Formats: sequence, structure tokens, C-alpha cells
Amino acid sequence: MTTRRLTGAVWAVVLTVLYLFLLAPILVVLVESFDHSTYLRFPPEGFSLESYRQVFANDAFREGFKVSGITAAVTALLAMATGVPAALALTRLRFRGRAAIEAVFLSPLLVPHIVLGLALLLILAPIPLTDTYWGLILAHLGVSVPYVVRTVSAALVSADPRAEEAARTLGANGLRTFWRITLPAIRPGLFSGGVIAFLLSFDETVISLFVSGQNTVPLPVAVLQYVEYRSDPSVASLSVLLVLLSVVVVVLVERGLGLRRTLRSG
Amino acid sequence: MTADTVTPSPATAPARGRTPVRGRGPARAALALLVPGLLALLLTYALPLVWVVRMSLNESGEGGLIRQTVSLATFGEVLGSSHYWNVIRQTVELGVLVTFFTLIVSYPVALFLARTTSRWRSLLMALAIAPLLISSVARTFGWMAILGRQGVVNKTLDALGLIDAPLHLANNLTGVVIASTEIYMPFAILAMISGFGRLDPALEHAAASLGAPRRTVFRRIVLPLTLPGVLTAGLLVFVLSLSGYVTPRLIGGGRVFVLATEIYDEAITSLDWPVAAVLSMLLLAVFGIVIAVYLWAQRALEARFTGAQEARS
Repeated sequence: MTTRRLTGAVWAVVLTVLYLFLLAPILVVLVESFDHSTYLRFPPEGFSLESYRQVFANDAFREGFKVSGITAAVTALLAMATGVPAALALTRLRFRGRAAIEAVFLSPLLVPHIVLGLALLLILAPIPLTDTYWGLILAHLGVSVPYVVRTVSAALVSADPRAEEAARTLGANGLRTFWRITLPAIRPGLFSGGVIAFLLSFDETVISLFVSGQNTVPLPVAVLQYVEYRSDPSVASLSVLLVLLSVVVVVLVERGLGLRRTLRSG
Repeated sequence: MTADTVTPSPATAPARGRTPVRGRGPARAALALLVPGLLALLLTYALPLVWVVRMSLNESGEGGLIRQTVSLATFGEVLGSSHYWNVIRQTVELGVLVTFFTLIVSYPVALFLARTTSRWRSLLMALAIAPLLISSVARTFGWMAILGRQGVVNKTLDALGLIDAPLHLANNLTGVVIASTEIYMPFAILAMISGFGRLDPALEHAAASLGAPRRTVFRRIVLPLTLPGVLTAGLLVFVLSLSGYVTPRLIGGGRVFVLATEIYDEAITSLDWPVAAVLSMLLLAVFGIVIAVYLWAQRALEARFTGAQEARS
């Protein structure tokens, strides 16, 4: 009995240490964000919200937030516009080469972003679309479409096709059936597909590094450049704010539209 | 893949196509629905990748000029340089070290989460994958604050009087390995848990009630059943760390050279696109080798598993 209790205690200690390791950088970022010094140090010498004020006063961050927001919104819309019809074809129609085309749609997930970033630089630079909104949007589109196809396909698979068949039998055409039957059934899937595409684009760092320049700098690139040359706690505060933002988004999606359900069926 | 699970029910088949042969209608509709997506992928993914392959066959001339040709000269130049071989060696070394340590630290957590019946399970699960919500730039920043000369670790050890001079934990490979291990941990935990499907507490209870010591139960039951999940997690972490850029750049402080940082420097700083393209090809080649090894290991594991089952029956 004592050996069992001992192994239990060892397990608890090991797990605590591993969780501490896993959460260490986040805890440090959280603590640092309330420090008021101009350089990074530990432990902080006083509590202040000064570095939160600095985040909002920082032009690069404000501009980056705007660039990332616009880019992510347009990318998500385009990814939905191109990905949803593809998901519909892949799940609802039988045609030759369906499995191969499905593999094509998921294949961008396998390519390292560092290679994709270089590839996009090589093709966008001569046009020239680097350092523009459209360049960023095109660059993010390729990596967002697979996630939309995956998420919406999962929703379509779990939606009952018999209701659609019934509508067709009763004389509704394809478009009407989609609009009145399919769309309402997969609305949660559509919404989470769009949110995932938005967050992917908003967070994308490596590809953006290649295709952004001086004028159109998305937030992650602005943060990376800031961290490289300075180490004050405002990056910590910014990170905390972004975490809060993504938690709010995820909770909203989870509550209202069942992100978990669509992800699980995938 | 999710869509493979669709099975057309016989009752609905006539509504789709009245002819026994696949009709033109569905094919044409499919084409119309697929074209926008395929076009998007062609422009933003396929074409650029073809461009990289093409660029790797060019040569770089003086002052950032590119000589359009079809030759393997740039491949020869890169593969003939000891600097790039060092970069490749360090990339693989980093991948192996990070994968090894990530698997070691993730396994107990994944095993715990897969088996526990504690009411804290959802909370602990959420905590384990919560770091995925936070950008790797922010987490790397946190590690800089922990590992730096004036960081948490050095300050603490100094205050305790354990060290005279600060430990070198950042701006070198050690720091990159520590930070990358933590950054890939949630991925590994998730991959392991979803790969632990064969783990069944009944088997463990059976072995234990037949008198097997805990260590034997672990070695003979738990470990073999969880190995497929560990293997998948290993592949995922290795592939992610091979192409990781942010952590080597920030924690490496310009002193850790891996293929990812080198590709960026050649493309953006040196403007040597042919060399950057060749390095990308080499990265993809390493990818290919890793995936081949994974498939081989998976098959070997599967063969042993089914072999053991047949021997038992």
C-alpha cells in the first residue's frame, strides 16, 4: 500500500513539473506584462499597466493589427467562397478522381511554411505584389483553403443527405436545395471554417515574413521585428491582449455554434 | 479523410443519376463547383512551388542577378560547401533532439490524460493544449525572458548562490532545443492521445490481477499499445521542427544556423534566390526521408502487432 501511495506521489510530482514547464513561458509573459520597466527583467519590480498603454501607443502594433485584421477577413471570405463549393462537390457528388482531388485540396497542409513563403516571394515579387494587401491575401489563401474544405466537409458528412434528396424529389433545383436545406444544416460548420481561416491568417508569421516589406506589415511580423531588437514588456502585454481576444472568439463560437461538434466529426 | 466515410444509401441512388453509368450531369456540376477552389490552389500554392523547383535550376550571377539556365550548378555549389552541410547537420540534429525531448516530456502527460477519470480531466486537457492559442512568437518571447543572461533561471540560481557566472542558455542550440520542446509539446500530446485508441484499462487490470508487477504491465501492455501514437507524434514534431523558423531565429540569436533561417537569409538578405530554392529542395528531401522512415517504422510495428495477435490465437 505504501509503495502504491509513493508511486502516486511521484506521478503527481512528475505531472506538476511537466505542466509547469509547458505553461512556464505563458506565466512569465503574464507576469512581465504588468511590469513597468523598459527592459526585460525578473522578478518585476512593481505592478503597472504602463506597458498595456504602450501597446496602444505603438504605431507598428496598431498598424499591424489593422493590416492583419483586413487581410484575415478578406482571406477568410475568399477561402470560404472557393472552399465551400469544393467541399460540396467532394462530399455530395460522385465523379471520377474524387479521392485524388480531395488529396490535392489537403496537400498544402504538408508543405513547410518556410518553403511556401519562399515560393510565394518568388512568384509575387516580379508582379510586383509583395508588400501589398493583395500579396498577403493570396499568400494566406493557399494555406487557409484546406482547413475550410476539411471543416465544411466534416459538417456536410454529418448533415443528413436524405433531407436534400427529399427536396430534390419534391422538385427543388440544386441551388434552391442548397439554400433552403443544406445551408441551414451546416451553418455551424461554415462558421467555424470561416473562423479557423481568419485565425490562421491573423496568426501567420513565416509566410508573411517573406511577402511583407515596409508598408504592409501584419501584426505577427511587427511583433517579431520588435522582439528581435528590443526586449521591453509591451510585447508581453500585447500577447496577453491577443490571447484574451482569441479566447473570446473561441468561447463565442463554442457557445453559439458548436465548434467542438464540427471539429470532433472531423 | 472525412469525406471517405460517405456511403451512398441505395434508396437515394436513383435520385442522383438514372443511368447506371456515371452521368455527365454530376461530373459537370462537380467541375463547376471545384474550379474556384482548384484555381485558388493553383495560383497560391502549386504554381509558386513549381517556381521554386525552376529557380533551383538557375544560377546566381553578380550582385543579386539571376542567370536563367537549366543546370545543377547551384545544387553542386551548395552540396560542395561545408557551410551548408553544417547547416543540414544542425537542422537534423535539432530535429532529433527536439523530437526526443518532446516525446519524453509529452508521454507522461498524454498517458495521464488518456487514462485519468479525475473530474479535473477537462481542465487539465484544456491547459495542455491552451498554449496552441498563443502565437509561437509570444511563447518564444517568454522563453527569452526565462533563459536569457538576466532571465528567470539565471536570476534564481544566482540568488540561491548556486552559480558564479550566468549559464549560457540562450543564443545557442541548448536554448533552441528547450524552447522548441515546449512549443511542440501540445501537438505531441494531442497526437499521442488520438493515437492511444488501443489502450484499454481492462487489459492492464487483467495483467495486474494475474500477478504481473507494475513495471511488467507497463513494458508488456501499455508501452506496445501506445507506441503507434508515440510514432505519429514523433513524425509530427520532427516535421514541424525541421521547418521551424521563429524559435531558432529568436532564441538562436543569429548563432544557430538551420535550413529554415538559412533559406530566409539567402532569399531576403543575400537576395540569392537560386541558393534559397536549392536549400528548400534539400529541406523537402529531408522531409521525404523522414516520412519514408516513419512509414517503414509504422509498417514494422503493425506487423509485430498483428504477428503477436496471431501467435496468441
